[in-house]
Amino acid sequence: MFGMDPFATLHRIQRALETHLDSDWLSGATTGVGAFPPINLFQQGHDFVAVVELAGVKPDALNIEAKENSLRLSGSKFIDYEGKASLHRRERIEGSFDRTITLPVRIDPDRIKAEFRDGLLALFIPRAESDKPRSIKIGE
Amino acid sequence: MTSGQELEVQQKREVQKKEEGTTPTRVFLPTTDIYETDQGLTVSMEMPGVDKSNVDINIDDGVLTIEGRIDFSKYQDFRPVYSEYNIGNFRRSFSLPGSINQEHIKAEMKDGVLTLTLPKAEKAKPRQIPIG
Repeated sequence: MFGMDPFATLHRIQRALETHLDSDWLSGATTGVGAFPPINLFQQGHDFVAVVELAGVKPDALNIEAKENSLRLSGSKFIDYEGKASLHRRERIEGSFDRTITLPVRIDPDRIKAEFRDGLLALFIPRAESDKPRSIKIGE
Repeated sequence: MTSGQELEVQQKREVQKKEEGTTPTRVFLPTTDIYETDQGLTVSMEMPGVDKSNVDINIDDGVLTIEGRIDFSKYQDFRPVYSEYNIGNFRRSFSLPGSINQEHIKAEMKDGVLTLTLPKAEKAKPRQIPIG
């Protein structure tokens, strides 16, 4: 397709992510034991999407809890080195994680949807009805 | 292996290009483990968000190159508000030792981790030497 260079699209997304690196949108609202796993937060219309990199974490080793406007991700990651293997290069790490983030907006925790595929978790977080922007009509 | 430890964030490393590409997009190095067994080498690479149909594995002149492409079309109508990592395709190359049987490399993709099994050629397998 002319004018729809896929690399231009990826480049645009990469630059937008760069611009929002550790933005103050979530400042002070991320708690819990550690900063793993890394999270990207997006707005999609009025709602939010959290995309989390969790390569090597098995779906049954991941717990997701939502309460009020907080999300908690906990679980563990294990690497099977098949017994007596000798390591040439070791960059991957294993262990447990427990992280809670609190969104600065009201969300609807009962309607969050989670997709976990290819080591990438996507959480679709609907904004609470009461929190959605309304347009105010000016009376005659 | 200690499994009770807490996981820490690993900064994604970018591919350092020798030549400048025609596109300015960032490409990342998959976090990789390589270990050896009696049967061969196992290479495990983390490529979150890469479907197995978007992985290319090539061997050219003894150099193994792995490329994984993410589906960034999903991000089209997402507007970032806060980010902790960047996204992009993955690429990494390794020179293979001569002892690898290049015809019988097996690949498996699970939970965003690509595992390659590279068998040793018969003559490269360890042998017990009896003492005469």
